[in-house]
Amino acid sequence: MRNNQYEYSQHHIPEQPHNHESQVPIMMRIISKKDLSPDVRFFQTVPTTDYRYENLNYKPGQFMSLSISGSGEAPFSITSSPTRKGIIEFAIRKVGKFTEKLFTLKDGDLLGLRGPFGNGFDVEKFLGKDIIIIAGGLGAAPLRSLLLYILDNKEQFGRLIYLYGSRNVEEILYKGDFFELLSSDQIELYISVDENNKGFEDKIHRGRVTELFSKIGKINPDNTVAAICGPPIMYKFVVQELLKLNMNKNDIFLSLERRMKCGVGKCGHCIIDYVYTCVNGPVFTYWDVLRMQDLI
Amino acid sequence: MRVVKFEKKNTEKLFDVLSRFGEVWSPMEKGESYSYQKIEDSNNFIFHEEVTRTILPEKKLLLPQKFPTLKFNSKKYEKPNEEIPTKILFGIHNCGISALNILDEFYTTDFVDADYQQRRNKLIIVGVSCIADEHCFCDKTNTNIVEKGYDIFFADLCNYYLVWIGTSKGDDIIRMGEDMGIFDANIPGDVTNKYAEYRKRNRESYCNDIDLEGSTDLMELSHDAEFWQELGDICLSCGQCTMVCPTCTCYNVIDEIDLNKDTGQRIRYWDSCLFKDFSLTAGDHNFRAARSERLKLWYTHKLKAFIGKFGAPSCVGCGRCIVTCPVDINIKTVAEKLKKKRAL
Repeated sequence: MRNNQYEYSQHHIPEQPHNHESQVPIMMRIISKKDLSPDVRFFQTVPTTDYRYENLNYKPGQFMSLSISGSGEAPFSITSSPTRKGIIEFAIRKVGKFTEKLFTLKDGDLLGLRGPFGNGFDVEKFLGKDIIIIAGGLGAAPLRSLLLYILDNKEQFGRLIYLYGSRNVEEILYKGDFFELLSSDQIELYISVDENNKGFEDKIHRGRVTELFSKIGKINPDNTVAAICGPPIMYKFVVQELLKLNMNKNDIFLSLERRMKCGVGKCGHCIIDYVYTCVNGPVFTYWDVLRMQDLI
Repeated sequence: MRVVKFEKKNTEKLFDVLSRFGEVWSPMEKGESYSYQKIEDSNNFIFHEEVTRTILPEKKLLLPQKFPTLKFNSKKYEKPNEEIPTKILFGIHNCGISALNILDEFYTTDFVDADYQQRRNKLIIVGVSCIADEHCFCDKTNTNIVEKGYDIFFADLCNYYLVWIGTSKGDDIIRMGEDMGIFDANIPGDVTNKYAEYRKRNRESYCNDIDLEGSTDLMELSHDAEFWQELGDICLSCGQCTMVCPTCTCYNVIDEIDLNKDTGQRIRYWDSCLFKDFSLTAGDHNFRAARSERLKLWYTHKLKAFIGKFGAPSCVGCGRCIVTCPVDINIKTVAEKLKKKRAL
């Protein structure tokens, strides 16, 4: 007997370009790319002239769908921050047919783009608070959007704690940027690798990402929010650590993966229970996870 | 409210009137069943009250099984310039109209699905009352009498039809019919008695004892029940239940490229949540690899999820899943499982 059954994620769904044109991709041009790891490539894209996207805006944690003419379409999280306008960036792992094709594209080639889609992180609610970001593997891609957003508006936020777990040193994304941030006074950054940390013992902890919680000291659970993104297995272990810190279940935000396709809550592929991940997610609170079955 | 009287002897003239407004689509025999087909000849234009359900539901006129949703070349994507003809859906019953009301709500809430909307704008709904068969249970889903969603509705009061006019467009059709003398604005004095009898006949025509009471909460409580595994073991994953369901909406798109390798179309086609790759993501992670999980998703959507969002189940009691499923998994058998009435 749930009297507010459709009360999903505590935060609202942002305004989106939800007219019929949002289903027609606009064209983006690839302006540069570089390999972040053996199988993850960073793409920078800019909109070609199109009145619809002159002021393309989005939130950290939202995603977009990329099309390659004749090769179909797939959804990707945005890795750039809306605070750095003009260029939209993606960090994409080569895992299937579409991404294999994507990796053959050159600078100057065109991509179709729809979006942004999804709720993203409600950064307005993070204002004035201490923030713990926990990234696992490729989860560092969408969380980079949030990280840059907070760093660019640091005076509006409290402590910024970032825990990043990777399988090994080669797969750490944005390695140079993160190593630079290790000495920054804007962020308390800790990195761990499951495998060998040889040669980086001073920078990288060897072990699970959950072991990094021992390094962050005391937090104020009433004024802290946490954002998590990583492989499915990671969530429950990380959440347990956050609960040990007495954090509120509604202040723990998890970005989840499903098969997003249309982006507008119609095609059904990303449905979980009564929510469409592409509209009501991909960011959910831990309370959402507890009251909706099958979320994680 | 505006009502007129219609007599069956004028059926052929009614076809003439409707044809002036667009293509007339109505149930027609197809093998041992019926399907919605375009009527070219007035001899095939019949008031089918005994035809309770077509094989495929009305949604096929709004979103065909397969159609191009976009066309593209290497430089851009755009909507195809397709001429959508006006279609008159004649002979749709209360359950079908209810299903279209559900589709309207689904496709136009939060985001308007342009593919749906442009065809919906060109669809005229002419409903006809019906006699329930042993599989119908629209009385249990409160869809046996519709209040909205039709342009015109013919209710059979035995000696004549009482014709309800729901929209201005419907009124245009009726007025043309009045000019041809087939509708009569003078309603007989016994209409209230006749109408009360009609409602009583409707109410008494159901014999399907399906019990959907509390199914939302029962679904929640049965999330980990063993019967899902049992049903999963016999389910064929054929997806027929989703194809014939008038409120199933899931679709997929695929790009088809022309022989010149530069132009192509993005084809939108009916998908089914029963198919194995429905929830498969990149990297081969399948969130619903087990048939039982996919089956549970379908019933979650019918008996729980839609209620959560729109306040009513997305089942209209048409009985198509009951007559279609080759292994007898349907709303009725699942509803019984939820209440533990049925041993497998």
